[in-house]
Amino acid sequence: MGKTLKFLIPLALFAGLVALLFFGLGTDPRKVPSPLVGKLAPEFSLPALGDPTRTVSNADLLGQVSLVNVWASWCYSCRAEHAQLLRLARELKEVQILGLNWKDTEADAQQMLRASGNPYQVSAFDPDNRAGIHWGVYGAPETFLVDSEGRICYKKIGPVEPGTWESELAPTIDLTTRKCKEYRS
Amino acid sequence: MMPSLLAPRRQAPSNPGPGRGSRRRLAFPLVAGFLTGFLFLPLFTLTAGAYTLEEFQFSDPAKTEEFRRLTEELRCLVCQNESLAGSQADLAQDLREEVYRLLQSGKSRQEVIDFLVERYGDFVLYDPPLKPSTYPLWFGPLLLAGVGGIFLFLTLRKKRAARERELSAEEQQRLRALLADASTPTKDKA
Amino acid sequence: MIPELGHFALILALGLALIQAILPLAGSYTGNLAWMSTARPLAWGQFVFTAIAFALLLLAFLTDDFSVVYVASNSNTLMPTIYKVSAVWGAHEGSLLLWAGFLAAWGAAVAGLSRNIPLQVLARILAVMGMVGIGFLLFMLLTSNPFERIFPPPLEGRDLNPLLQDPGLAIHPPLLYMGYVGFSVAFAFAIAALLGGKLDAAWARWSRPWTTTAWIFLTLGIALGSWWAYYELGWGGWWFWDPVENASLMPWLAGTALMHSLAVTEKRGAFKSWTVLLAITAFSLSLLGTFLVRSGVLTSVHAFATDPARGTFILIFLCIVIGGSLALYAWRAPAVSGGGRFDLLSRESFLLANNLLLTLLTALILLGTLAPLIYEAMAWGKISVGFPWFNTMFVAVTPFLALLMGIGPMTRWKQDEPGRLARELRVPFILTGAASLLTVFLMPLLSLDWYLVPLGIGLAVWLLTAHIQAIRERLRHKNSPSAILRDLATNGRSFYGMILAHLGVAMFVVGVTMVANYGQEKDVRMSPGDSQEVAGYRFLFHGVRTQRGPNYMAMRGHFQIFDGEKPIADLWPEKRNYFASQKPMTEASIDWGFTRDLYVSLGEPLEDGDWALRLYYKPYVRWIWLGAVLMALGGLLAITDRRYRLARGLTRASADVAGATATARS
Repeated sequence: MGKTLKFLIPLALFAGLVALLFFGLGTDPRKVPSPLVGKLAPEFSLPALGDPTRTVSNADLLGQVSLVNVWASWCYSCRAEHAQLLRLARELKEVQILGLNWKDTEADAQQMLRASGNPYQVSAFDPDNRAGIHWGVYGAPETFLVDSEGRICYKKIGPVEPGTWESELAPTIDLTTRKCKEYRS
Repeated sequence: MMPSLLAPRRQAPSNPGPGRGSRRRLAFPLVAGFLTGFLFLPLFTLTAGAYTLEEFQFSDPAKTEEFRRLTEELRCLVCQNESLAGSQADLAQDLREEVYRLLQSGKSRQEVIDFLVERYGDFVLYDPPLKPSTYPLWFGPLLLAGVGGIFLFLTLRKKRAARERELSAEEQQRLRALLADASTPTKDKA
Repeated sequence: MIPELGHFALILALGLALIQAILPLAGSYTGNLAWMSTARPLAWGQFVFTAIAFALLLLAFLTDDFSVVYVASNSNTLMPTIYKVSAVWGAHEGSLLLWAGFLAAWGAAVAGLSRNIPLQVLARILAVMGMVGIGFLLFMLLTSNPFERIFPPPLEGRDLNPLLQDPGLAIHPPLLYMGYVGFSVAFAFAIAALLGGKLDAAWARWSRPWTTTAWIFLTLGIALGSWWAYYELGWGGWWFWDPVENASLMPWLAGTALMHSLAVTEKRGAFKSWTVLLAITAFSLSLLGTFLVRSGVLTSVHAFATDPARGTFILIFLCIVIGGSLALYAWRAPAVSGGGRFDLLSRESFLLANNLLLTLLTALILLGTLAPLIYEAMAWGKISVGFPWFNTMFVAVTPFLALLMGIGPMTRWKQDEPGRLARELRVPFILTGAASLLTVFLMPLLSLDWYLVPLGIGLAVWLLTAHIQAIRERLRHKNSPSAILRDLATNGRSFYGMILAHLGVAMFVVGVTMVANYGQEKDVRMSPGDSQEVAGYRFLFHGVRTQRGPNYMAMRGHFQIFDGEKPIADLWPEKRNYFASQKPMTEASIDWGFTRDLYVSLGEPLEDGDWALRLYYKPYVRWIWLGAVLMALGGLLAITDRRYRLARGLTRASADVAGATATARS
């Protein structure tokens, strides 16, 4: 009996491998979860897009729940998700949407907002990826959900789609206490 | 280059920056998908020929070497599988500059690594650090080697023990029969 | 019309494969000779029809038939003809067709060259190959039809990936696939043997030349790919431990283990079930490679366009082929006798240890390759496993492997005396120690891992001297200096093949050690007229001119290299921009030499006519690939050994069977 079992080992190992590969088929190897989730949002201080005299910094995150959306005019998915952000800006009164205009030019960015509307309370202008590196941004669009204490509850990698708020972002925040319920990425 | 086309869910992970957007648009998604090469060894298929050779000048040659090693051991996040040193992606360029800045400001190798891991996670490290979560990776091999060693030991012992037995008379008889059998052509059921 | 014919030919090939998988197998169980006899013509038929399909796809490329999606996506009227040919296998669909074509070709070769194999066994072998063929043909027809049309056809094709427009890359995939697919023969032999319950020395002898042939192709394919990556990509490296590279190395390692294990099974009747398992493993790893490359589960620079449907199909196929054969193994292998006895100090022991080390190396590479996936599945976080980890593992295992490689060939089968072995190996051992010490004193130790140089050089010297000693030992009783030639002409070829292949390993080790520890590179900014010195060579930059190629524009730099005052080479690195894809490409320029390469690659143009450039000095880098070529030549020599000449095989083999069985029973 023991002898026969020994010969089953390769088959068992292979079964494990198949389970792993099957799991692999359902994942996107390019998504890198952020270690910043559950931590205070990184320090940043940037001029506002279109208004160099105003500074956008961590202070803007305090006191209310924010969606920090990393966007750029050259990024097609950002254009695609724009409508969703506009909708959220209309519907979610408890949440402010801040933009992080990333590696873009001022003119292009302004042009895009003029053409398709501006969902952002204010956009921080980061042409040189200064804040981006600290936020661990590695592509646009990315969206951070930050609670009223400045803690990151969730990081959405890729465009916000219809239902993204409801199914992915909203469950991590308690909108009455304005604090994270859980941390996910 | 053009990793965007490889990532159907995300259009522009590598952020070409404003000036280069037009070039990206010229590529055909279909082709790019295929283009990324079926082949097997093209290491830097995506960036081939496109690595950047900025001059990062250090006064200390040891730091130059440190910079070279570090950028080789750090992963470009948006690329398919490339180091910071090898990648042409815009983000890789930003991170190279950041590494350069940190080293210039006197940060140690470990501090640079910590800086990036804090922001991007262990994924940026081609050389996974030794810590509880990577024990399986670093000690798993020892376990495998151990299993192999035990297998070798048991087999050798068994084989050695086998030879201490002398053939019984009956077995010798059978051996002779078999050897005789061998001189006639093999019989095939076919 | 022609593409439809190609499509139709593929369907016919599938039909034949189906019959080939069923009829001969059924015949082998019922004893129906007529059914079994269909195996050969069916295998030939399958080959003919896949070859027709391949020829028609080639025709579509040569005639720029852009109504075929695959042609439109991977070709262009401006492309040189040779690349129109290689574009046939330049992307997913066509490379699958090449794969299926090679599989059918191996099947046809087995059908044609195995006249001495009993029909019953042959019927089973070809049936198994038919089953594998079904998988690939179905995969192609269901998910990746290379003959699919578009309407209206585009006027111009999109061009082949410029990276692939290179002679090295034109032949790299065929070699590699020949290797991958070639292991299907060893696999089919093993499965047929399991089905028949007859795992004997005859089986091992029949499989050996096929396995070695496949291994030769794979060796050359991997080496060519590595060389191409080195000269084409301009990064100066030759291996990155990318998942897709690993996917080719794993079957190679398993195949290497298989060759050695087959030797024991053939000569001593031992390790039978282990050999069968290795034969299954080598081919399974080839299939796994296909999955990894085409399913997108891992991030690799070389991945194909990913398509979940394809991934799912291959995974199911893997389950059937590998799962089925491992289940068969679990069912049949316990009944297989353990084989001959041997002492602790015997060639069997060393070969077993070598096998385990090769298997360990394979398992480690598999672990490292899949680790990111394992970590994600276990929710342990997302990690990357790159060259530092793999290098550590490789450096930890290979020295033992090399050590055993030196002792093994000298050791006698079954039982050896420690005293004799020690006497034989005394001189190699002393020379190795001396060489290692010498490197410590003579060569400047540049890197942090200083011990690697004495280790690498020591191992290479060990391999060289131990194998010279092995030859001397073999020829001990023959005094004439021409003994070696006579030995070669008579029956020593597999012995000398082994020696040659092992010396290839020594050469490889030298190359890796030298280039890793003494290579130099310099990133510089140069204006025309500037010089830079690297490793004692002066690189004089003459500037860059624009030049037009057939389907690209190139910026072509000119360098003169001086050794002292003597000009030794002119280098012309290029930076190309291909019209159709608008992809920039660098073409590094290399002055190659036996002991060093000088390598220039163009970076970016800077202001004022300056250029960013990368200059390399790569000592002994050729030895890496020459070592691989030597290994392949060794394999070639071994398969020409008289023992494998087909006519003679059977009778000798059957005598061995009896001998082996006798020992097994004792």
